[in-house]
This record gives sequence, structure tokens and C-alpha cells, in this order.
Amino acid sequence: MEKLLQVNELETQFTKDKEKLKILRGVSFHINKGEVLGLVGESGCGKSLTSLSIMKLFKGTSGEISGGSISFKGEDLTHKSEREMRKIRGKQMAMIFQEPMTSLNPVMKIGEQLLEPIRLHLALNEKQAKEHVIFILKKVGIPRAEEIVYEFPHQLSGGMRQRIMIAMAMSCNPQLLIADEPTTALDVTIQAQILELMKQLQREEGMSVLLITHDLGVVAEMCDRVAVMYAGRVVEEANVFDLFESPKHPYTKGLIGSVPKIGQRKDKLTSIKGNVPDPSNMPKGCKFAPRCTEAMAICLEEEPNPTDLGNGRMCSCWMIEEGRKNVYA
Amino acid sequence: MEIIKEVNAYTPVIPKKKYSPVKEFFKNWKKQKMAFGASIFILLLIIIAIIGPYIAPYDPYEPDYNTTLQGPSNEHWAGTDEYGRDIFSRLLVGARISLGVSFLAVFLGAAGGILLGLMSGYFGGWLDRLIMRGSDVMFAFPDLLLAIAIVAILGPGLTNVVIAVSVFSIPSFARLVRGSTLEGKETVFVEAAKSMGASHRRIMFKHIFPETLGSLIVFITMRIGTAILAASSLSFLGLGASPETPDWGAMLSLGRDYLGTASHVVMMPGLAIFLTVLAFNLVGDGLRDVLDPKTKNE
Repeated sequence: MEKLLQVNELETQFTKDKEKLKILRGVSFHINKGEVLGLVGESGCGKSLTSLSIMKLFKGTSGEISGGSISFKGEDLTHKSEREMRKIRGKQMAMIFQEPMTSLNPVMKIGEQLLEPIRLHLALNEKQAKEHVIFILKKVGIPRAEEIVYEFPHQLSGGMRQRIMIAMAMSCNPQLLIADEPTTALDVTIQAQILELMKQLQREEGMSVLLITHDLGVVAEMCDRVAVMYAGRVVEEANVFDLFESPKHPYTKGLIGSVPKIGQRKDKLTSIKGNVPDPSNMPKGCKFAPRCTEAMAICLEEEPNPTDLGNGRMCSCWMIEEGRKNVYA
Repeated sequence: MEIIKEVNAYTPVIPKKKYSPVKEFFKNWKKQKMAFGASIFILLLIIIAIIGPYIAPYDPYEPDYNTTLQGPSNEHWAGTDEYGRDIFSRLLVGARISLGVSFLAVFLGAAGGILLGLMSGYFGGWLDRLIMRGSDVMFAFPDLLLAIAIVAILGPGLTNVVIAVSVFSIPSFARLVRGSTLEGKETVFVEAAKSMGASHRRIMFKHIFPETLGSLIVFITMRIGTAILAASSLSFLGLGASPETPDWGAMLSLGRDYLGTASHVVMMPGLAIFLTVLAFNLVGDGLRDVLDPKTKNE
């Protein structure tokens, strides 16, 4: 399969008081054409920063890419200028944000906002552009699209707004859609609708999706492959069936184990003990070792390297690298 | 009002009755009794400024030595000055000068301040420091002193009064806009716009600038009052309009000598300035209550 995006040993750092703080410590994964890759991990592991790094959207922060490469359609994005990136953003890769309530400009009419990327990237005249807006709104299942374009964001519900955001992201037919927890802020029934819509659009357009989430249910439903992130690195990469069937990394096992199952009576929910380590005070060796139930002496000393397990599977764990048998599995 | 309309420039084809920000604004505006009255007064003033010279009962420049320094009467509603010119006519014609100078000065100052404030807040870094330190220096001068200094350099005249008043308005506008910009650039919709490939200029003017409009409208209104005072003060000091022009400040300056014998010569233009500035301040206060969502009691 053809690779659309290849992220290689990506490092992103922030500078605070002249001290450099590396948040992404060598993130590697790839997305094939027409595939949905789930990026999972708990809060603070660098999922969102990975997506912002791919887009090179660091706002006014001190964030910068300090190493590695991002190859998109064979071109390295890390060396692209802001001006070149602007042509890519919205046109070739688009993004959906977590908060549909705040990601639309409150004083701009829906139609006006949707016209923005179209005017920027597509060579259409005013009339065609407006027709395209209606077309794309109907595509994302907005009823009475002709009226909605004259309304303001606050007149719409959260689910509707997220549909608008998806419409905006899809308006220029991007090859890559980055969805940063697109359903976290929505209630469960709307979540299902939005996911269904995204899946359907993805199939129709044949685009690739990088879906960032911490909801394994969403992953199981949406993704073809999954990359599990922990403390600024991808620790396991596998296709979705293999991952749920036989997780290799202890962290992945912990994540899957902590999902409560229907029909299982439990007094206490299972969790992974401890927290994500503070980026300014990372432990030596494997970053998960302090929380790992199966940590060995070497885990506390040295960080494991990613091991290729074949069939597109990858895992960074000393148990794999050393070939030791996991006594608990 | 006009500015609000501009934000909603996307005019509907299908007329919608459900929600209109303009209507909503008017509904709240009418509740502000004082400000509503003041805004009608200002509207009247603006009309006078436009048609003043055509409705003035006497020629404001024509001296009539038979009727010098007469008090208010049926023929001369506001009395006459030392040359026998009708003060009421002079006030009507002078409204155009006073309002014109202050509107122009404030809008020029606002334009400069908005541009500097947006750039300062949006780009940050050395540009921000440069602009903010520059405005700190300007703030260190007392407003009027700075204006006097500028007119002293450029020479007297109404054009230079406009320049002087607008220059000392720039830093306060820049600060106000910078504050809202700092807030605005952190919003998710700005990031969303960036992720769509919008340019810096587009984000600044289309996404951040409208966010600052609420406080800006209030400040502009207040500032017009200040500008009228400043322009009148400069004219009073002989740095603005030449003495024969019916500028309110210049009229005040002329009447100064007759304060004891014919106080109306000073009182009438003084009253005009006082009422106008008061009206602008009242409208500004009212606008703040209506436009600021924090003070809305809903």
C-alpha cells in the first residue's frame, strides 16, 4: 500500500526560561492512503501535539520541531515555510477540533465561514463557491442547508456544529483529515452519528484519517490501524484486530484492560496505577517502567527500541526485544 | 451601528425573523433611557453639522455693528458677539467644524491604533515590545501638552489639530486593541482558521478584529467627546481654527474679554461643547452596558 504520511523520529520541543523541554521524543508512524489510523494514549502523552506538529501549527508558543521528519506525499514538511504550509493546510490536510462549541467564529455566519477555505484554495467564482457550500453541507447531513448558511454558530447544537466543522474540513477534498478527539465533547448518541458520518465520508472520498482519541470504543469502530502513544513516543503500532486480540505492550494491555465490560460485575474499575511522567522529569530507561507490572531490571536502565514484529506490527518493549516470555500472558 | 451591520455583511436571501443582532441591539438600546436620549441629540447634531449653513438665520461671518454684544432675544436666539454676528448661526455652522475635526481625528487615531494594536498583540515579540514602549512614551505626556507640541511643530490650523488629536489617540487605541487581540488569538476558532490555511492578515482582520469591536465602539464614542474638548482647547489657545471661523473653541476664546459684560458670548459656545461632550459620554456608557456581555443581565 502507498504511504500518504510517514512520520519519522519526530521530536518537538518547547523552550521555557531558556530550558528546552522535549515533549515528542521520536514519534514514528505512517498512514497509508485511504486508511484510518487511530492515535491513542492518555492525556498529556503528546497526541494532540503530534497532530499540531504535522500541521506545523504552534500558535504563538515556543514550540518547534527539533528533529525527525514528516513526509507527506513524499515531501518533507519540516522544511516547508509558513507560506508553503498555508497552501497545504485546508487544501491537502484539514483538521477537526475537539470543541465544536468554540471552533467556529461566533460573529461570522456559517456560510461565510464555510466559504473561507473554499475561497482560499479552490478556483471557484462566488456563485460556484456558494453552491459548493450548500453541496458540502448536504453531504454532511445538514437539514435545510440553504437556511443554515445565514445563521450564527450559537443557533446550532453541538452535533450540528461538529458537522459544520467536518464540512469545512472536507470542503477542499483533503487527502488527510486530522480529527483531534472529534466526539469527546458530544453526547453519546450524537457521537455515534458523527463517527458514522466520518466513516462514510472517508470511504466515499478515499481519504486518510488520523483519528486522535482516548476512547478505545471509538478506535474499535473507526480505525484500520492503531498507534499507541506513551510519554511522547509511539510504543505500539498494529492493525486494530491484532491490537485488541493480542496487545503486546504492557501499556496497551493496561489500556484495554481498563475498559469496563458490560455484563461484568465489578466493585472497582481497573486502572493503570500512577500518572504520565512529567516531561521535565522523565525517568531513566523505559518511561512506562515505573508503572509497569512486568518491569525488569533493564527496563529501569535503558529505553527499549521499536521491534518489528511483521505484518505491520511494531512494539517497543524489552519483553519483546529480549525475547523473554511474558509469564502472565 | 454601522459597524455592526458590516459584521453581518452576508445579507440573507430568505428574510429571517428569528434572530437579528441589529434588532436585538435596538431592543436593548431603547432600555438605556439616558443614552437613548443622548444618541438622539447626537443624531440631531450630525444633521445640523450637515445642513447647518443652509438653515442658519444669519450669515455667520457678516458683522453688524448696530447689534454688538446683544443678549439672547427673539431676533438673535443666542445673542450677538462683539462684531454683532448672530451666535446661534455661528453655533450651527460651527457644529460642522467641531464634529468634523473630532470625528476625523478619532477615526484616524482609531485606524492607526487598531493596526498597531492588532500587530502588537498578534505577532508579539520585539514588534510588541517596540509598539508598547512607544505608546508608553506617548502616555508619559499629558494629552493636551502633546497636542500643543505637535501643533507648535506643524503650525496652527485645523488640519494640524486633526493630526495632533489623532496622534495622541493612537496609543490608547493600540493598547485596547492589543488586549482584545491577545485574548482573541488564543481562541479555538482562530486555530481552526489557521488549520484551514488562512493567512495572518486574514486571521487578524476577519477573525480577531470583530472580537475587539464591542469595546472599540464604546471607546471610540467616549474618545469623540475627548477629541471635541481637545480640539476646542487648541482653538481656544489660538492654535486651531483662525479666530474669525465659527469654531466653538475659537468663539469661546473671543468671548473671554466680555465675560463680565456679555457672558452669553462665552456661555453659548461653552454650553454647546458641554452638551455635546456629555452626550457622547452618555452614549458611550450606554453602549458599554448594551455591548458588553458581562454586564448584560439576562
